[in-house]
Amino acid sequence: MQGDNISYVRTKMLPEATPPVSQQGIVKWVRENLFSSWLNAILTVASIAAVYYVLSGFLPWAISPTWSGTSLANCRDILSEAGRVDDHGTHGACWGVIRDRWEQLMFGFYPNDSYWRPTTALVLFLISILPVLFTSLPRKLLIGTAVAPLILFWLIWGGSLWTPITVGVGFVLGAAAFKIGSDRSGLIVAVLASLLVTILFWLFLSGPIATVLGKVIPIYLEPVRSKDIGGFMLAVIIGLAGIVLSLPLGILLALGRSSDMWIVNKLSTGFIEVIRGVPLIVWLFTASLLLNYFLPPGTTFDLMLRVIIMVTLFSAAYIAEVVRGGLAALAKGQYEAADSLGLDYWKSMRLVVLPQALKISIPGIVNTFIGLFKDTTLVMFIGLFDPLGLISAIRATTDWNGVYWELYVFIAIVFFIFCYSMGRYSLYLERKLRREHR
Amino acid sequence: MKKTVFFGALTVAGLAAGVASASTLDDVKARGKLNCGVTTGLAGFAAPDANGNWDGFDVAVCRAVAAAIFGDGNAVEFTPTTGETRFTALASGEIDMLARNTTWTFSRDTDLKFDFVGVNYYDGQGFIVPKALGVSSAKELDGATVCIQTGTTTELNLADFFRSNNISYEPVPIQTNAEGQQQYLAGACDAYTTDASGLAATRATFEAPADHVLLPEIISKEPLGPLVRHGDNDWGDLVMWTMNALIAAEEYGVTSANVKELAAAPTNNPEVNRLLGTEGELGAMIGLSKDWAVNAIAVSGNYGEIFEKNIGESTPIGLARGLNAQWTNGGLLYSPPFR
Repeated sequence: MQGDNISYVRTKMLPEATPPVSQQGIVKWVRENLFSSWLNAILTVASIAAVYYVLSGFLPWAISPTWSGTSLANCRDILSEAGRVDDHGTHGACWGVIRDRWEQLMFGFYPNDSYWRPTTALVLFLISILPVLFTSLPRKLLIGTAVAPLILFWLIWGGSLWTPITVGVGFVLGAAAFKIGSDRSGLIVAVLASLLVTILFWLFLSGPIATVLGKVIPIYLEPVRSKDIGGFMLAVIIGLAGIVLSLPLGILLALGRSSDMWIVNKLSTGFIEVIRGVPLIVWLFTASLLLNYFLPPGTTFDLMLRVIIMVTLFSAAYIAEVVRGGLAALAKGQYEAADSLGLDYWKSMRLVVLPQALKISIPGIVNTFIGLFKDTTLVMFIGLFDPLGLISAIRATTDWNGVYWELYVFIAIVFFIFCYSMGRYSLYLERKLRREHR
Repeated sequence: MKKTVFFGALTVAGLAAGVASASTLDDVKARGKLNCGVTTGLAGFAAPDANGNWDGFDVAVCRAVAAAIFGDGNAVEFTPTTGETRFTALASGEIDMLARNTTWTFSRDTDLKFDFVGVNYYDGQGFIVPKALGVSSAKELDGATVCIQTGTTTELNLADFFRSNNISYEPVPIQTNAEGQQQYLAGACDAYTTDASGLAATRATFEAPADHVLLPEIISKEPLGPLVRHGDNDWGDLVMWTMNALIAAEEYGVTSANVKELAAAPTNNPEVNRLLGTEGELGAMIGLSKDWAVNAIAVSGNYGEIFEKNIGESTPIGLARGLNAQWTNGGLLYSPPFR
């Protein structure tokens, strides 16, 4: 009777049922990621306990209504008014010190009304390195990159604009002399001529010319001395100058160390091993103490400049080894291919070898840079006011004597922001440059 | 690479410019500024404020010397120095004088070739302990853990003291005074030892200063004073007598408030007249103007005023004069006569 209607298969689709609770949403994610096995479950619970332990200690201390505090005593008053008192006295951070001194932690003793200068300089620096970092931009922008250091110098240290301009003219004259020299005779003559022209121009002409021009068209910023530069500004200047200068130097050293020429090879190797074999703090002491004995008394050879040179040499040695790793990782066929194309040494390096070697070395190079940036805090020991050096100065005032962790937390956060962005950028660069199809 | 060449050129220029050295005073006058070495920050003695202006007990000495020379207490370049860099900075001529809570010792005066021109603070190493420990003398600290800054003379003093009293201790090494405060408050050590002035400043920052006591024993002599290089006695005399002028001013009741008035016309105290230049030619003898001492005192007052303003009992640091009172009040301050 009903047999006609009986079918073996369902004719109508059932409505979609929701998956079981254990197979969807957050529960599924938790099960798969946090409790997928006994070991994982134990680790998860232990980690949560550890995070809770740290945060339960840190957060009640950190969340504290003391932003407006004017001194440590004032902070304690605010805290006890808020009822934040336990057996050991008031409990809570005193963030007033950050509000009071954050500008100093950022800029040191740089004149208050000139804070725009270092800020502009940093922005300008970031813009001027764009053509180097992003090869898709027009190559002519590199001229701007070459001019930028002089402008940056002027912005930060002030004085007459004509001083950096005449210094720049010296470079141009040197380059012109090099061109003329190399057209007429050999390479060595050209190098000597350009050095001679540049140095003579700087020693005898640039000063008077800058003075005259400064009188005719005065473009002038209030000069700032190096000793007024401190805080993160000091760390950034030393760090960036070290990074920018040590990369080319490091690459040259790496090429030198893997060179077949005996003298170049041994000199590079010796330099790298000596610099790398001694702690940075020793080189900084050398810069600040030992040099004083060798230089004639009264010599004003800027301490910051000495530090930048030492930091540059130090990180150049590390960069050299990182790049040498990249050079060694390259298949021998690449070198041979470049040779067989008839390229000379520099061309084969520039067009074939280095682009590949540097790409391999990016993580190592950025790693060295991040280390270099953090190592700038060591200048505290030679009396420069880097962020950590400023801490002791801030603590020495009667208002803030006794403040401890708040300053460290602030500095740690700022350093983290800097270093994390560098790390992110390196990852981006690696992805962008990936040519293999993996 | 371009920059490196530029820096190299700067070095050469710096070298060429630096080969000239007359007397220190002439150098300072030509420069228009006194280069004074100070600490990178010690509560009450030297610290920069939010605008980078230096202030403190040691800083006041620098300003007084600058004022004696230029009539302007702001004609000073303060060079922050650390414990490691201070002596080289002075020896190499980077600074003209060092006023950095530096202890006057035999070897520093002779072997390191410096001249201490006097003592502006008589300090000594002491102990701080929590009241709850129930100790009233350092000799009862047998077996105690003691927080101590490493690599300083305080470490040696501590070892000597405990050995000569036949008691034992366990050192907890720390790097800086701030770290010492934290460790001590966290209970990592039973006692904290450093210079008594530092202990007082440290205790002032505690939430409950009354819960901690300074033990009566002072186990070392730490006469702190400004110093100059060997070899330029005229310059040493100038710094020494500027400091003496501050001390003598307190003895004769010359203050920053009344110094201009007293210097306007000779008073009936010949010593004050000679000091303030209304009588005699003392200024010319050290190569300065007649009113050198007037200017030095006018900047931040006489010794007593400087003491009260920076580290005295009205400040959070709250040091009593003690040994640093005038000899007339039972202290050690004694300026030779101005004549």
